[in-house]
Amino acid sequence: MLQNQNRRGQFAVYGVALLAVLLAPALGVYPVFVLKVLCFALFACAFNLLIGYTGLLSFGHAAFFGGAGYVAGHAMKEWGLTPALGLLAGMAFAALGGWAMGALAIRRQGIYFSMITLALAQMLYFFCLQAPFTGGEDGIQGIPRGKLLGFLPLDSDLTLYYVVLAIVVVAFALIVRTIHSPFGQILKAIKENEPRAVSLGYDVDRFKLLAFVLSAALSGLAGSLKALVLGFETLTDVHWSMSGAVILMTLVGGLGTLTGPIVGALVVIALENKLGDLGMFLANATGVAWFNTLGESVTMVTGIIFVICVLTFRRGIVGEIIVVADQWRARRKTATAPLGSHLVDRG
Amino acid sequence: MTFDIGIPLPALLSQLLLGLVNGAFYAMLSLGLAVIFGLLNVINFAHGALFMLGAVLAWAGMEYAGLNYWVMLALSPLLAGALGVLIEKTLLRWIYKLDHIYGLLLTLGITLVIEGVLRSIYGVSGLPYSPPELLQGATDLGFMMLPNYRAWVVVASLVVCIATWYTIEKTKLGAYLRAGTENPKIVEAFGVNVPLMVTLTYGFGVALAAFAGVLAAPVIQVSPLMGQNLIIVVFAVVVIGGMGSIMGSILTGLGLGVIEGLTKVFYPEASSTVVFFIMVIVLLLRPAGLFGKEK
Repeated sequence: MLQNQNRRGQFAVYGVALLAVLLAPALGVYPVFVLKVLCFALFACAFNLLIGYTGLLSFGHAAFFGGAGYVAGHAMKEWGLTPALGLLAGMAFAALGGWAMGALAIRRQGIYFSMITLALAQMLYFFCLQAPFTGGEDGIQGIPRGKLLGFLPLDSDLTLYYVVLAIVVVAFALIVRTIHSPFGQILKAIKENEPRAVSLGYDVDRFKLLAFVLSAALSGLAGSLKALVLGFETLTDVHWSMSGAVILMTLVGGLGTLTGPIVGALVVIALENKLGDLGMFLANATGVAWFNTLGESVTMVTGIIFVICVLTFRRGIVGEIIVVADQWRARRKTATAPLGSHLVDRG
Repeated sequence: MTFDIGIPLPALLSQLLLGLVNGAFYAMLSLGLAVIFGLLNVINFAHGALFMLGAVLAWAGMEYAGLNYWVMLALSPLLAGALGVLIEKTLLRWIYKLDHIYGLLLTLGITLVIEGVLRSIYGVSGLPYSPPELLQGATDLGFMMLPNYRAWVVVASLVVCIATWYTIEKTKLGAYLRAGTENPKIVEAFGVNVPLMVTLTYGFGVALAAFAGVLAAPVIQVSPLMGQNLIIVVFAVVVIGGMGSIMGSILTGLGLGVIEGLTKVFYPEASSTVVFFIMVIVLLLRPAGLFGKEK
């Protein structure tokens, strides 16, 4: 009964959120901004599949996000592939890369895992810096949007908006389905107690690798979509600070929650874009001129948020909401339950 | 005078020396990381930023107070070490009981704050810093010209590394430290002030990074971003060597620096990635690292 109510509440939230995103362009929100948030939301959700549900902190996801962006961008611009094939090419690259990086990193545990993924991603960064097809410091510019499946031109922001939205929703549904599947349950078991999962006869390394490849492929989809939406791809996306950014998004929203990474992506992207405005507002409100320079201090502000989150806010926004909602529900239950009913419940 | 491969010997030797210089930085940084990780169970992402801070402090001492290289070589590690003590007391203290990843994330946050602040003051372009007069120029060894400053960096780093190794492995203080790494509760029961030891260890690790930073100031361009890529290479060094052995960290750091230097001679395109390639090979052949123990 409670479960059902809970489920219904969740569906209501999803429904409202989806409706809001569907209507956003009509309400005058700049579509490309929402699309950028959606791409990062998908990236963070894919990343969360590892850290939140398998307990593996990858510090190299920029390699899949940016690497796939380069491959998709190059495929669409230089080889003239259609958007669908371009996205697939990006995803395939990310999946292959994920397989290679995962297979290596899984050989070590804990903090070493994170360091290995970071080092391997840095390798790709240096490769992209030197390789001719990435355009070096300039990146790939002017990636054409083309026609989806040969007939649907994506040149209009609005068409692109709904196409990308549909892809992101499907990918998100896939992630939710994975988490609730038996496979997802095994991942959770590995996160909670790895030796126990081993003793139950699960080939832990194989499951970890599979989760890594899935997470990498979906991050690649997010990166390819971003290249398609913005029409360019630069070194920023393969730099380790991008891996840091996706960690921050997931942490702010809530590790191991379904919707947390989406909220986190919205908060972090909005902050990056609007920090200058916020600084000017604060400068006007408080009279402290220093706030005017806030827009140039994104790195510092990001760092401070990281520190605050780790020290006092580890559940993240959605995580906190879930805890508060649970407490509220529990209190209401004890308030309305007749005296002694908890004894019956137990029996 | 040439080798049969066509590389003139002086060029080879000078790259080898440059490799040794870089290797000395790797050694000092990975040594600090290993000592900190041993006692705090925190992998200090901020190590690169603190290395950079050491170099920027040396530059700032010269620029604003006219303090020369030798003064800053002592002062900069002290200041950075004090900052390290402050960071440990106010921030790191709260996360020891949590999963390791939070230590990495917290120190990543600290890194971004330090780099962000210095970047907003100094921008990203390099700040010029020249070696002290005493060490300028080069000595003619007959078969090559030995730049005095580079030789000094290698010697000074080796002395510091070996002194650290001696302190940890051979003295009573070091014995406490090793015991604290093994089992802090029992050491505390014997009346040793473990929290103080933890604080000072972090301070020492940070001071070591800053010392390396001052040494690096005249050879690498001083800039708020100079520690960014370095820390990732040092992570790879730590993965290759394993953090279990002090001497292992030193040898791995120096060795990889030399290999990197040689790569610059024979195949320059790979010089920025060769350490990562070696990491991959080590992971395939000896997953626990060269000096690591299989758990």
